[in-house]
Amino acid sequence: MSEQQIHGPQAPEGDPVETGEPWRKLHPAGIKVTVLYMLGVVVAAGVPVAIGIGSGPGLLIALAFVVPGALLVFGAVVVYEMIRLRITRYRVTGQRVEMHTGVLFKTRRSLMRERIRSVDLSANPLERVFGLAKVKVGTGETGSGSGSTSEQTLTLDSVDREEAERLRGELLRRAAVEAGEDGEQRLATWEPGWLKYAPLSFLTPMLAGAAVGAVFQVADWFGKGGLPVEIVGGLVEDHGAWTVLGLGLVGLLLLGAVASLALQGEAWWAHRLDREPGGTLRVRRGLLVARSLSLEEERIRGIEIVEPLGVRSAGAGRLDVVAIGLKTDEQGSDLSTLVPAAPLPAVTAAAASVIGPVDCALAPHPRTARARRLRWAVVAVAVLVAAGVVPHLLWSLPALLSAAIVLAAVLGSAFALWTAVDSYRSLGHALTGRHLVSRRGSTRRATVHLDRAGIIGWRITQSVFQRRMGLMTLDATTAAGKGHYAVIDADEHEILDFADEAVPDLLQPFLVRSAE
Amino acid sequence: MTAPRTALRPPQHRFDPRTVPWWRVQWLITTAVPVVPLAVLGLLIPPARLWLLGPAAVILVLGLASALALPVWWHRVHRWEVTDTAVYTLTGYFWRTWRIAPMSRIQTVDTTQGPVQRSFGLSTVIVTTASSAGAVKLEGLDQDEASALAERLTELTDATPGDAT
Repeated sequence: MSEQQIHGPQAPEGDPVETGEPWRKLHPAGIKVTVLYMLGVVVAAGVPVAIGIGSGPGLLIALAFVVPGALLVFGAVVVYEMIRLRITRYRVTGQRVEMHTGVLFKTRRSLMRERIRSVDLSANPLERVFGLAKVKVGTGETGSGSGSTSEQTLTLDSVDREEAERLRGELLRRAAVEAGEDGEQRLATWEPGWLKYAPLSFLTPMLAGAAVGAVFQVADWFGKGGLPVEIVGGLVEDHGAWTVLGLGLVGLLLLGAVASLALQGEAWWAHRLDREPGGTLRVRRGLLVARSLSLEEERIRGIEIVEPLGVRSAGAGRLDVVAIGLKTDEQGSDLSTLVPAAPLPAVTAAAASVIGPVDCALAPHPRTARARRLRWAVVAVAVLVAAGVVPHLLWSLPALLSAAIVLAAVLGSAFALWTAVDSYRSLGHALTGRHLVSRRGSTRRATVHLDRAGIIGWRITQSVFQRRMGLMTLDATTAAGKGHYAVIDADEHEILDFADEAVPDLLQPFLVRSAE
Repeated sequence: MTAPRTALRPPQHRFDPRTVPWWRVQWLITTAVPVVPLAVLGLLIPPARLWLLGPAAVILVLGLASALALPVWWHRVHRWEVTDTAVYTLTGYFWRTWRIAPMSRIQTVDTTQGPVQRSFGLSTVIVTTASSAGAVKLEGLDQDEASALAERLTELTDATPGDAT
């Protein structure tokens, strides 16, 4: 238990003092990146502000405010970075990797090398031009136990590329990368054709919504917040509500699709997943920002095949890893993704190469689980119908708003009923030689394969409604990924036998078996 | 179906009987938080008296009734057990939750005691595993029993090698 307490990652007292290793510095070219970046920021922020102020009292007065302000910000950041680059130093000793930094507050960070679990290299386009890379070293502490803190990563921003590769090789206790290149085993390679799944992701409607928000925001900056509404109102008068609504939605979705394509293309270009000698998985990807994540297989507790609705409709899915110390619960984080949206056979093959065979027949759940979902759907439909009817009875609505409300209520009801049936079809669980398999979800269908040896407890729940229907939810807790993975709404007797078989001896003493 | 039907047996122990008054006091404090300000304001602002004292009275009656009834019920429902291999708890009635944490995966064992708890001679044992799914809490053990239990758990878990992940 108390290994963590004995070697707290920031408690150097217990170690022999190591003085032999010299301190190293960050690469001085980092300042050029900062200068160019800040020039971009200052221009991008300064020009609209100057135009905004200039529309009132005149351009000269605007410049008189904006130019000194911009210079001040620019100067402050550049000087800060110069000092930071000058005073930051780091070294890798036999047992620790240490960094001293801090312009205003001195920070000394020191990580035990034996606890390092991931080394993450990244470089944005500017850094690439100057041959630099950021190195992020993670210890794989999830911050859940009482002995850990969130300060267990160390970032070197930035060093030159060869130095970054050398650190990666050294910190993961392997020979230099040149030697490792031969022993690499390719597990998955991205194909540009897979980009066709990008517009199907949930990014598309999100980005479309963001575009609408941006239009209003820009209109507001120029003091014409009502303008977009007026323009749409005019269009409705000329062409009718249904035409504008339909074409508007199609246009927005097209825009979202293009944006999603661009974002995902940038993120996943030239992606490849390798197994390196010494038991490390490495994901490399990125068009403009080159990203590289190395992950010790010792920390992997399973995989998750995720099929979001749109991607699933095209017969595709993505592969996520369930590993200790990867922050997967952050919104929009794609750190844990090993293979992006790809045809299911390719994803399954990659999954099999990471954790072994994944094919298995899933046991379906009792039909009462479907009744439960349909009941929720009926409630949702009732609410939606009420929300659609009541405003029409109370007020006389403009045509566009009325059309939008009716459309939303009808589509919402249909979706609620469909998703009830579909999410029941998704439910399933099974045991394979090493893994517990559970599938659930409709809009985000996910099949988790959780290492049975990685299950560190059970949480079994049953609401009063589930009890009446003979259902039960089994939650396997684990140190990896999101911390617990559930088999929901299974048969209340069968699931206990299942849990008992999944982790022998754990549940056994608390079970009673009655013949009936 | 003629196959044997498997079910969970409830954990062996109820919590200390003193948890009933402890929960009562906690519930009364929770009730007092909205009632006292409402009542004071109601007495100070005559025009709004009805609108302030009315809700205060409703909350007070509900709070007193719950303080009387609920703790007795909770005491019957919540259970715990520690074997040589696992910590086992059952909480809730409408949403029942059974938690099983194997001894070999326990990372830390803490005991805590709030001011009200101390006056009743009770304390809480918190058992943490490496999962972010939350700690297993044994709320309302006799304080001596709690420290003995924490000591025993610490000994048992110290004997297990590995980092429990």
